Amino acid sequence: MNLKLKVWRQPGPAAPGALAIYEAPDVNPDMSFLEMLDVLNERLTASGEEPIAFDHDCREGICGSCGFVINGLAHGGQKGTTVCQLHMRHFRDGDELVLEPWRAKPFPVLKDLIVDRGAFDRIVQSGGYVSVNTGTAPDGNAIPVAKSAADVAMDAAQCIGCGACVAQCPNGAAQLFTAAKVAHLALLPQGQPERFERVEQMVARLDDEMFGSCTNYGECEAVCPKQIPLDFIALLNRDFLRAKLAPRRQPRSSAAGVG
Amino acid sequence: MTTFSGFQARLPGGPIESRWERTKFEMKLVNPANKRRFTVIVVGSGLAGASAAASLAELGYDVLCFCFQDSPRRAHSIAAQGGINAAKNYQNDGDSVFRLFYDTIKGGDFRAREANVYRLAELSVRIIDQCVAQGVPFAREYGGMLSNRSFGGAQVSRTFYARGQTGQQLLLGAYQALSRQIALGKVKMFPRTEMLDLVVEGGHARGIIVRDLVSGRIARHAAHAVVLATGGYGNVFYLSTNAKGSNATAIWRAHKRGALFANPCYTQIHPTCIPVSGDYQSKLTLMSESLRNDGRIWVPSKKGDARRPSEVPEVERDYYLEKKYPSFGNLVPRDVASRCAKAICDEGRGVGPGGLGVYLDFSDSIRRLGRKAIEERYGNLFEMYERITGDDPFAMPMRIYPAVHYTMGGLWVDYHLMSTVPGLFVLGEANFSDHGANRLGASALMQGLADGYFVIPYTIGDYLAGRMEEKLDPAGPAFREAEAAVEAQVKRLLSIQGKRTVDSIHRELGRLMWEQCGMARNAAGLAEAQRRIPELREEFWNDVNVLGAGESLNQSLEKAGRVADFLELAELMCRDALERTESCGGHFREESQTPEGEALRDDEQFAHVAAWEWNGPGGSWTRHREELDFEYVQLAQRSYR
Repeated sequence: MNLKLKVWRQPGPAAPGALAIYEAPDVNPDMSFLEMLDVLNERLTASGEEPIAFDHDCREGICGSCGFVINGLAHGGQKGTTVCQLHMRHFRDGDELVLEPWRAKPFPVLKDLIVDRGAFDRIVQSGGYVSVNTGTAPDGNAIPVAKSAADVAMDAAQCIGCGACVAQCPNGAAQLFTAAKVAHLALLPQGQPERFERVEQMVARLDDEMFGSCTNYGECEAVCPKQIPLDFIALLNRDFLRAKLAPRRQPRSSAAGVG
Repeated sequence: MTTFSGFQARLPGGPIESRWERTKFEMKLVNPANKRRFTVIVVGSGLAGASAAASLAELGYDVLCFCFQDSPRRAHSIAAQGGINAAKNYQNDGDSVFRLFYDTIKGGDFRAREANVYRLAELSVRIIDQCVAQGVPFAREYGGMLSNRSFGGAQVSRTFYARGQTGQQLLLGAYQALSRQIALGKVKMFPRTEMLDLVVEGGHARGIIVRDLVSGRIARHAAHAVVLATGGYGNVFYLSTNAKGSNATAIWRAHKRGALFANPCYTQIHPTCIPVSGDYQSKLTLMSESLRNDGRIWVPSKKGDARRPSEVPEVERDYYLEKKYPSFGNLVPRDVASRCAKAICDEGRGVGPGGLGVYLDFSDSIRRLGRKAIEERYGNLFEMYERITGDDPFAMPMRIYPAVHYTMGGLWVDYHLMSTVPGLFVLGEANFSDHGANRLGASALMQGLADGYFVIPYTIGDYLAGRMEEKLDPAGPAFREAEAAVEAQVKRLLSIQGKRTVDSIHRELGRLMWEQCGMARNAAGLAEAQRRIPELREEFWNDVNVLGAGESLNQSLEKAGRVADFLELAELMCRDALERTESCGGHFREESQTPEGEALRDDEQFAHVAAWEWNGPGGSWTRHREELDFEYVQLAQRSYR
C-alpha cells in the first residue's frame, strides 16, 4: 500500500517546527509502524535529508519510549497498543497520516517527534516508592498478600510511563499515570506506611510540573496502551481526600532513608 | 592504553557454603561517615545498574548514574518476561541453594566458576525478599503466598513472576529505589547521556567521557570507582531480542582501555521468538520461555507438509523435544531447544514462510486447564503475538523460531566483580561471570539484582577503603586525552559523508554473524567471517553517511558510534569461536558433537575462560586463560533425556 505522511519536523527545542510531507510507497502490511518509518528514514538519509527523530527502544510495547500522535490519536488509537506494536495491516492504501509529537506543556519537544518526559520521573521521585533500604527485608512470604490485591496492584503497576494519557487529555493532566503508581502501592501491605504522604506529595508534584487538572474526560483510559482503568483515578482521589481530612501528621524528616 | 600484566580471580577457598560469608568478613570496610567522601559512577540503569546505584547511595556514597534512554525506567531489563529464579523451596519440591547452584553450573555446560555461581544461588533468596518489600506485585496463590512456575533446565518450580512482565516489575522496583535516592540528592541522574570512553589514570579507572544526547555536548566525569552495568552485545547480530538501543560501546571502550573481554563467542539463541517476516525487520520479539510450561512444540512428521496445523492429525505430528528428551521434554535448556529447531528446519520440516519456524501449541493445555487459566498465565503474551502476527494463539498454534537473545560473554571480572582495570567494576549481562556457556531461563534477572543489591555494595568498599586521600582531577591529562579522542571520532563520523547508511552496514554485519557465528559454527565459516569483517569495517569508515550535526540530538550519529564498536567486537567473537574448537552450551562447533548431535565438550583442552587482551586496532588480541576448577560438581556430558 501507499501512504502519505505529514510529519512534524522541528530541529531543536527552541526552533520553530512545521509539518513536512512524505510519500511512503510499498508499505508491507506486516511491518510495524516504526519499521515503516525506518524504511522512510533510510530513504531520507540516502537523499541527504536528516531522518525523522522519534523515541523508541524495545519495540515490544514495554519500555514506554515510543509514542507520538497519529491523526489525533496517541499511539494511533489501536486498543491496548503502543506505536511500536501497531502494524500496518490496520491502515489502508491511500491513507493520509499526520504524525505529531505529544502536545503538552510539561513535555517540551526536543526534536521532531521526541519530547522530554522528565516530569514523569520527578513525579515518581516525589514519593512513588516504598522507603526500604537494601538488606532490611523480611522473608517474602512473611506478609501474605491476597491474590486479588496482588492482581489489581499488578493491573496498575503495568503502566509503562509513555505519556499517552497526558497527550490525549484535553487538559494535559497526568492523573492516570500518577494514579497507577499510587494505586499499585496503596493496594499492597508494603505500601501502607507511606500511603497518605505518598499521595499528597505526588499530587503536589503534579501541580508543580504544570500538568492540567483531571475532569474525568476518560480520554486517557481510551488510549492507554496498557488499558489502565479510570477506577484508579477514583482511588487516587479517595486517598487524597482521606489524606487531607486526616489529622495533620508530623512533617516527614528530611533525613528519612539515608542509611 | 594501559598494559596488562596478569590477572587474579581472587576466588576464596574453603567450604563452598561459607566462601562468600568469609570474603565479606575479610573485605575492608569504609566507615559510614566516610562513604560520602567517595564518588561512584554507575553506567546503565537496568536491574544491575539501578539496584547498584540505589544501594550504594543508601550506604552513603555519592553516585552519578548515566543512561542513554530518556528515563532510567526504560532500560532493557524491562522487557524480561518470564521470571526470576530463587532457591526458596516454597513448593516443597526439593529445591535448595545447592540445587540451584548445581542446575546453573550444569545448564552453563560447566564453563562457569563454582564460587561465583554458588554465591548467586545463595543471594537469590534475598532478592525475592527485597523486591517484595519494595512492592513488586509478584503472582500470589489464593492463600496470599508467592506463586512459582517452572523454567527450562530445572525439575523444580522456583521461578517467581509477575504475569509476563517480571522484568518490568523488578526494574520498576529498582527504579523506585533509585528515584528515592535521586530525591534525597544522593544520586545525580544523567538520562539521555551516553558513555563514550573510560578514563584510566595511573592504572585505575577514574572517570568517563560522555555525550549529552540532546545537546551533543561532550563532558568529563570523575569518580573514585566506575561501575559498568550496560548489558549485553546481542545487537552485534542486528536482529535480536534486545532493544534497538542496546549496545556494547561502554564495555568495548573499556576493553580498549585495558579490561579483558571474556568468552565473547558465548551467545544465547532463544528458542521461542516470533519468526522474521520480511527484510524491513528491525528486531525480533521473544515469546517467554515460560510458554514451554504449557505449550507443546511440534512439526509435521512429513517434509513439505503444507496443511494448516489443525488439519495435521495427531499421528502425523512430531513432538520432537518430548520424543528426544522424555524427562525434560519441552523444558530442555535454551541451547538444546534452539539447536533442535534449527535441525528440524534444516531437514525441511519447518513451518510457515521459508520453512523457518516450528509450532508451539497450547490446545492440549487449553483443553486440560480451560481457556481462562491459560489467559491468566499468558494473556499478555498471546495478545502481543496476535498484534505482531495477526494470528490468535487460542485458535491456532504459535509459530516460533530461535533468535539471538543474550550474551554470556562480557568483560572479565574477578570474584569482586572488578575487571582487570582496578576500580572498574562490571555487573549484570555486561560481565561474563555466572552463566558459563549457556544461561538458564529466569537467571538473568537474578544475576543482575544479585550483583547490584548484594555484591557490589560490599566489594566496592574493599576497593575504596584507603583511597580517601586520592584527589579527583577531571582536568588532568588522561581526561583531556580521552575527551579529545571522543571528539575526534564524532568529527570523523560526520565528515565521511559516504553513500551507505549506518543501518545497511549493521544489517550486513548481522547477517554475516548469524550465518557464520550463530547457532552453529565451523572453522571455514568463522575464517570467512574473519576475512569479511575487516572489509566491512573499512567500508564503514570510508563510505558511511551520517547526516546532521554533532552538537544536537542526532540518532544517526548515536547509531554510527555503536556500529563502529560492533564492527570490532564481531571480529573478536569470531576469533574466540574459532579458537574454542569444542562445543559447549550456546557455542556449537559442528566439528565437535556427540553421535546424537549434542554439544561435545573438550574438558582436557577447554575447561577454562578465554580472556582477551586488546593490542591495538587491526584485529590483534592476546588470549589469556583462567582455568576452571570443579570441586563440587562433577564434569559430565549434559543429559536432559
